[in-house]
This record gives sequence, structure tokens and C-alpha cells, in this order.
Amino acid sequence: MSAAAFTGTSVMDIDAAKVRGAGSNVHFDKVSVAYGAHVVLHPLTLDIAPGEILAMIGPSGSGKTTALRAVAGFVRPASGRIRIGATDVTDLPPYERGLGMVVQNYALFPHMRVEDNVAFGLRAQGADKALIGERIKDALGTVGMSAYARRYPRELSGGQQQRVAIARALAVRPRVLLLDEPLSALDAQIRRNMVEEIARLHRSLPGLTILYVTHDQTEALTLADKIAIMRDGRVCSHGPTTELYRRPPNRFTAEFLGRANLLPVTVAEAVGPKGFATARHGDALLTGAGRNEKAGDKSLLCIRPQHLSLTADSDHTNRIVGTLQEVHWQGELTHLVLDVDGTPVRVSATRLPIALPEPGAKVPLFFAPADTSLLPEDAGV
Amino acid sequence: MSEAVTLRAPAFRREPGKLWIVPPAALLALLFFYPLVLIARQAFLDDRGVANVAEVIRVLHSRFFLNALINTVSISVAATAGCLVVGLVLALILAFVPFPGSGFIARLIDTFIALPTFLVTLAFTFLYGSAGMLNAGLMETFSLPLPPVDFLYSAWGVILAEVTVYTPFILRPLLAAFSLVDRGQIEAASVLGARPFRIVRQVILPAAIPALIAGGSLCLLLTVNEFGIVLFIGAKGVITLPLLIYGKAIQESAYQVACIIAVVNIALSLGLFGLYRFAAGRLGA
Repeated sequence: MSAAAFTGTSVMDIDAAKVRGAGSNVHFDKVSVAYGAHVVLHPLTLDIAPGEILAMIGPSGSGKTTALRAVAGFVRPASGRIRIGATDVTDLPPYERGLGMVVQNYALFPHMRVEDNVAFGLRAQGADKALIGERIKDALGTVGMSAYARRYPRELSGGQQQRVAIARALAVRPRVLLLDEPLSALDAQIRRNMVEEIARLHRSLPGLTILYVTHDQTEALTLADKIAIMRDGRVCSHGPTTELYRRPPNRFTAEFLGRANLLPVTVAEAVGPKGFATARHGDALLTGAGRNEKAGDKSLLCIRPQHLSLTADSDHTNRIVGTLQEVHWQGELTHLVLDVDGTPVRVSATRLPIALPEPGAKVPLFFAPADTSLLPEDAGV
Repeated sequence: MSEAVTLRAPAFRREPGKLWIVPPAALLALLFFYPLVLIARQAFLDDRGVANVAEVIRVLHSRFFLNALINTVSISVAATAGCLVVGLVLALILAFVPFPGSGFIARLIDTFIALPTFLVTLAFTFLYGSAGMLNAGLMETFSLPLPPVDFLYSAWGVILAEVTVYTPFILRPLLAAFSLVDRGQIEAASVLGARPFRIVRQVILPAAIPALIAGGSLCLLLTVNEFGIVLFIGAKGVITLPLLIYGKAIQESAYQVACIIAVVNIALSLGLFGLYRFAAGRLGA
């Protein structure tokens, strides 16, 4: 099978109201998890709205999978409550929570055909034969796997197995879909296709609430409405994806969510009514989007590599000068590394001047104030 | 134009490595196959070396042989079934119900394999015998004149002892098979709405079938040939093939009859061993 998109046939078509309705929001109320004296998830309070995709991202051991497993019912919170819709599910076993889950290694039942895998949850819930047949057809149609219903999992590729795992999870009409690093076992090309297909799938299932755990920021940025960044068992930032990317509240978020250049600056003029402050970096006086910085504050000016330009234009009113150190051509993009007063600065350029400067040359860089964000030097760990 | 071609005879190449097969083969022949041939010869030939089919047919149709065969098969099948049930339940608990010390318990159960089989029978005599702890306790508590529990000296006693001794032979391959079951499958099944019994039935057991067949056939093989437990319990009327062979050869000095029964016993054992190897091969053992 090609990496065809999930088809337009929606598993929601049969019973749309059931999933779309309210009652699929997830609420963590001061949920903590500990193994003995070792706390792996510090009290977490977080809401996932109905129909929202929340991506939890963070490095290994940051507590993101623990949070997901607490929702699934595999980890019992040491304190706090978890609600799905109006139901407090903290004390419910996993089989009574009404969820769907897809994990990294697919976890398909190897001795069952694809159609039996998809039907498993429905049979467990006592659905009648006619409904099961209808749902199998619908769920496999949704993920473009109708032609593979009679195959065994071992006869499918990794990407196909993951589609079946998604179909199996969707067939039971879950209130919430839990995705635990679902694409990590796939190679890069298939992963890119699958991210786009999951995005398309969610557009066809707008009521489906998804908790998506990943360590891959690209998956999170592509799919999520909101992102929670985890570190050491705590949420270190949480908010709408674009907002978190454009205005990271702390250094860890800035560096974990995409690449970031962080120039140390001293605020020269406090944030004005338009939300901009001026700040000094060496001899350069720069303007950046701020929060509540005051004159004299030590800050970091966050600029994404793709927002730096080697050529000036009317928007790019900020200018810094660096010494070109490295040039890496990667086809679509060229990456440049410069030294700006001792701070390494990366530039990702789609277009470069015809005469590219040699390493060691002084190169001016231009960027727009609106593409920057000031963040406190000591915040964000 | 023809050309003279010199064909050189292939040089004889000594492969001394191949000779290593001789010592073990000779040892096996001497200690194992030769005695087997002697038994078979004794079973099918009379003193003059002539085939004695009539005697073979007489023994195979005799009541004592048929009773022993029925006892052997029914006791070993019942004991194996008991081992499968107990072993499966224990393995499920040890593998999937986390509790502190589960590894220690598994190893403790393993030690049964190291103990001589009659030891369990001896322990059973202390526990369930006429003057054992259970009967003594019941007689004292309820002022009974006779021991109320009287199963030990019957086929049930043999079965219970064999279940106790041979359950670890089921437990070990099952634990190995369960350790290979992807926990993600169990969790996925649970999230999809399956309760524990359905998960055991539809997710875990299918993965454990080769282990069950391998452990079960090994258990069947061992119980078919069990001698010590049956002899030690001395249950009235419970004569199995190994006990019958012992009785005919040692007590009655009827060697030909003993050898005929031994050949049947060997055929039964080899059949079961073949089943065990087939299943173990599928398990990857």
C-alpha cells in the first residue's frame, strides 16, 4: 500500500454525536505519581478540552508517559484526581474508562487477523455482530486499510500495523484517544507521512480528544492544539502551540521546542504599550517582544534560526554582526553558524546571497522585532 | 586437437574431527541401545531364538496388562491435567500479579524439581495419612473414631502427589512464555474494555499454547514412567506399567512378560517424547 492518506470515510459518521458531545475533556487535578519515595510526577493540574489535541513532550524520564498511563489507569496516582468528562475515573479500572490507546510498538494481537484486532474491543464490550461488522468496515476505511482485513499483523509493514492499531482504538468510539509515542518505531519518511495522516484524521474527527505523548517536537508542532512541556516530573510550560513556539516562557521551552538562538541582553527600555522593549547586546540596540521587563533586567532574546536574514528589509530592523564559522548545505536549507560576541548563533536560510561570505568573514544579520521574544535569564531552569 | 589431460585422483583426506563421534556412539550403544535390544529380544524371542508371538498376544490381551495400561494412562492424564491447571494459575499469578517476593516463590517452586519424588509422598503420609496431621486434627476436633480423610492410598493420592511433584515442569516453560508476552498487548486489551479473564483467554493463552503443549507432554512423559510415587503410596489396586514391570521381573521372575510390557512402556514414552520435542521445537526451546 502506498502511504496514502487516511480516507475521508469517517468512523464518526455512524455515531458522531456520541464522541463529539461534551464529556470528553480530561482534567488532571493535582495528580502526582510516586514509586515509593521517588516522585515521578509532581502535582499536575491540567485541562484538555473536548476535541483538543494536547501534546505532552519532554525528554526521557520527564513524566509524560506516566501522566498518560495515569489517565489510562495503569498507574495509580499517589494524590489528586483524574476526571474524564463528568466522571471521576481515578479509581476505575482501565476497561471501564472508555478510552482508546495506541502505543509505540503497535501492540497488535499477533494471532488475530486485522479485522479481529479491530473487533476486539467491540466484542469485549458486548457489541452485536452487525454493529461489529459495520465498525470494522468503517474503522479500517478511515485508516485506508480495508483491503488488509484478512491479513495477520506479521504480514503488514510497520506503518500499516500502526494504522490498524489506530483503527482498533477508534472502533470502540473512545471518549479520549491516548497516543503514546505512536510513531517512534517508524522510519523518518513513514513518520512524516503518518503525522500528516493523523492530522487529517483529526480534522475528520473534530470531537475526538487526543492526548499525544512524544519526544518529537515536530510531531507536537504539527498536530497539537496545545503543548505541555514536561521536565523532571513537572510541566514547565503549557499553552497553545503557536504561542508557546513564538513566545516561549523560559529557556528550556525555547530550546526544546524547535531551535532557538538566545542572545544575552540587558533591557534598556521597559516594555511599552505595544509590547516591545529595547535591549542592548554588546554595541547593538535591539527591539524585542517582551512581557513585563524593566530597564536594567538581564534577559535572553530568543530568535529562531529561520527568522534571521542575511539581507535587510523594512521589517528586519534589528541588526547584529557575527563572524561566520560554519556553513552546512542541506538541500532545502542552508545552515550557518556565526559567533556573535561569544554566543553561537544559527541561521537557517532558504535563500542566500549569490556571493556567500567565506568562514571568518564578518556577516550582518537582520531580524524583525515581532519574531523575537524576551525571556528572563533565570527562568525556565 | 585433443589434449592430454592428467586426471589426478582426489587425495584421501583425513578428517580426524569426524572420529569424535565414535566414543559417545560406542558408549550409547553399550549402555543404552544394547540393553534395549536385549529387552526387545527377550520380549519377542523364546529361549531358542524363535519368535514367540503367541506369548506377546497373550500378555497384551491379559487383564493385568490392560488394567495397568488403563491405570497408567488415566493417572498420567489426570495428573498432567492437574499440573496444567495448577501450573497455569501459578504462572499467571507469578507473571502478571505483581507482589513482593514473587521471584523467590518461583524459585522455591523450582526446587521441587531437585527433590526425589518419594519425598513428597513421605510428606503426604505425614499430612494426609491415616495417622497424619489432617486426620489426627479432625478426629480430635470432631471426636471421630476413624480417620475421615482416606484418599491418599488410592489413585487420587497418586495423582495429587504427581501434581505436586510435576507442576514445576509446567510452570517453568509457562513463565518463560509469559515473559515474552508484550505487556503493551495486555494494556491495549484492557483499555479496549477487556476484563482480566478475557485478556487471559484471548491474549495471554494463545501466546502460551506452545509452552503448555511442551510442558504438558513432558509432564505426561514423566507421569507415565513414574515409579517411586506409585510404589511408595502403595495404593491398593493401583498398578501402573512401571510397577507391573517391577512386579513381574523382580517378584515373579517372569522376565519375558516384564520385557513385553517394558517394550510397550518404551513405545509409549518415545511417542510422548516425540510430541514433547515437537512442541519444544515450536516454542524455541
